[in-house]
Amino acid sequence: MTFEYAPAPESRAVVDIAAHYGLFIDGQFTDPIDGGAFKTINPATEEVLAEISDAGSADVDRAVASARSAYKSTWSKMPGRERAKYLYRLARLIQERSRELAVLETLDNGKPIRESRDVDVPLAAAHFFYHAGWADKLEYAGLGPRPRAYGVAGQIIPWNFPLLMLAWKVAPALATGNTVVLKPAETTPLTALAFADICQQADLPPGVVNIVTGGPATGRLVSEHPDVDKVAFTGSTEVGKQIQRAVAGTGKGLTLELGGKAANIVFDDAPLDEAVEGIVNGIFFNQGHVCCAGSRLLVQESVADEVLDALKRRLTTLRLGDPMDKNTDIGAINSREQRERIDELVKSGDAEGADRWSSPCAIPEKGWWYPPTVFTGVTQAHRIAREEIFGPVLSVLTFRTPDEALEKANNSPYGLSAGIWTEKGSRILWMASRLRAGVVWANTFNRFDPASPFGGYKESGFGREGGRQGLAAYLKSGGH
Amino acid sequence: MESRADIRKTYKLFIGGAFPRSESGRSYKVDDSKGAFLANAALASRKDARDAVLAARSAQPKWWDATAYNRGQILYRVAEMIEGRRGQFEDDVVSAEGVSRRKAASAVDAAIDRWVWYAGWADKIAQVLGSSNPVAGPYFNFSMPEPTGVVAAVAPQDSSLLGLVSVVAPIIVGGNTVIVVASQNRPLPAVTLAEVLATSDVPGGVVNILTGDYAEISPWLASHADVNALDLTGVGDAGLAKQLAVDAAVNVKRVLPPPRKAPDWFDDPGLDRIRAFVETTTVWHPIGV
Repeated sequence: MTFEYAPAPESRAVVDIAAHYGLFIDGQFTDPIDGGAFKTINPATEEVLAEISDAGSADVDRAVASARSAYKSTWSKMPGRERAKYLYRLARLIQERSRELAVLETLDNGKPIRESRDVDVPLAAAHFFYHAGWADKLEYAGLGPRPRAYGVAGQIIPWNFPLLMLAWKVAPALATGNTVVLKPAETTPLTALAFADICQQADLPPGVVNIVTGGPATGRLVSEHPDVDKVAFTGSTEVGKQIQRAVAGTGKGLTLELGGKAANIVFDDAPLDEAVEGIVNGIFFNQGHVCCAGSRLLVQESVADEVLDALKRRLTTLRLGDPMDKNTDIGAINSREQRERIDELVKSGDAEGADRWSSPCAIPEKGWWYPPTVFTGVTQAHRIAREEIFGPVLSVLTFRTPDEALEKANNSPYGLSAGIWTEKGSRILWMASRLRAGVVWANTFNRFDPASPFGGYKESGFGREGGRQGLAAYLKSGGH
Repeated sequence: MESRADIRKTYKLFIGGAFPRSESGRSYKVDDSKGAFLANAALASRKDARDAVLAARSAQPKWWDATAYNRGQILYRVAEMIEGRRGQFEDDVVSAEGVSRRKAASAVDAAIDRWVWYAGWADKIAQVLGSSNPVAGPYFNFSMPEPTGVVAAVAPQDSSLLGLVSVVAPIIVGGNTVIVVASQNRPLPAVTLAEVLATSDVPGGVVNILTGDYAEISPWLASHADVNALDLTGVGDAGLAKQLAVDAAVNVKRVLPPPRKAPDWFDDPGLDRIRAFVETTTVWHPIGV
């Protein structure tokens, strides 16, 4: 049985995209001094959305100087309860402008409007609201009676959750009394620039938040700037290692949230219908552009056929297409480059002998897309079982015993997240304390909350974002 | 009266609960603070460092699997044993550091008290650093601290016993295992501590002690893919500390940099050292009927 849906597109009338955007420095939009410009593109249509400024070294200097001066003259002197009010304002403004932000996110990123509307934007507002409440309670953060801010935080965020990652970085930094120079991802700058406008509407003191758009070169300028006191990066493990090397010996604070290759482990006693939904949500949420995606399905051998049949049946019902359509499940791949990377890894899966199955869905002519894809017959040596694909591609492995599941799950240089599906509570707790993963979802997957610490083990990075533990990323402990 | 020649001790490494000589067959001369010969200590090599990592890795899961109460008791037992040998430790500290007997005694007191303080943390870390998290949805959500894994540490060069204890205890109390490079010129208190550990209930491999040239050994540890974290407390040379931190990025090691100013090891240590070597695991589970 197939259901036909009439198109239900969200209107883009709610957004007003400028032809050109400057950098946001010292509370004002300003054109770059020595940088050029680049274009940001709607990945679902290949339409140019806007021209974005490419911040060069003089621009990053200006942004850091502005953040330093705001830190010295205003932000570090302001009582926590006053800082809190600005964060509450930001949270409220995000809520008030939520529809606009969701549409902007979907146009620039390619993710389904359903996700940007129901996940990205509400969670971004929640992060500001949660951290606002911490601003005047830092002595209870567990870092001693007088924890101190670092000063200027340089923050670099990825393109998969542009506004949400901004919130994860900016909210705790401001709550703890730091000022910020943020570099959004090259392909998804629009919601960060809208956030700059929100900072103006909130009358946030100039220089507390500075936003410098650009590519990897701008990112390096931020992370290597001598007057930045703390670097926070979310992105690939490869770039994370480069930053760790660059920051070594400088005395700067550093937190890294890097790649993952999460195991999603299904035991034979799991509620299989729920598990299948969890597998789908685990790897096909946000087109699989999720560092904590459940990209390795470990399924107990006795139920493997049943789970895979149900999974394939479910995948054929997923609707791929216009991200602005409210019924769309799978949106566009964020860039041509990312689509090529996914394709290259999928071809390696073919070449190494795994069996590929792709959902037989129609692919739009324009834009960048990838159908939901499942590999079976995967061994631990295959690249598709070891490397982060960052796309809608699931690698399936089987196991017989809990020990084998644990061994396979932990057999990765990554350690960001894991999933467990079983009705047995004792097994969940046994697995959770042995999995080398920072987040363990039991009988659920891909849940996020500002009160819940997020971050990895091993090469997935260090430091946590969210919760009381996340405050340590932006505070030096003071006194005991 | 006939004079009796005393039995002198051979100072060896401590790896996996055993006392091997350096695989390289090398040793180096250890003098007291006045320059008089004290002993030949083992000069650890790259191979010794790698053996120590192997021992630490294989000991780690069991050490973490023990109950926190059990780990606390095992560590408390170590303090009992240090107390029992306090005379020997005082002699070691006097000759290593050139301090008065009174000062050495106070360093030994502080080292024992420090060890007891950390032992008591074993079953409290999770309560103080963990949390239950009120998420906006029908989920039970809790965070628990877990060990980072295998930690390589360079012990302080000056404070040969109290500094060493202050570095090692917070690492292992969190469920990690450690490879520690002892003070290069003052290694003998560390070897005595190894003897205490070997006869206590601390499983072999939980603490591994290397003596020798830390500038030679530490780069192998910093770039070792099976080491999860580095404690550079005893690395005085800023250039070397930076290089080790660069090497550590090979597998995204957690790095505790050298202190900016020389620590007073008698100060209250606080939780920073425990916190530096634990991770947070957060578990979600739906709530429903």
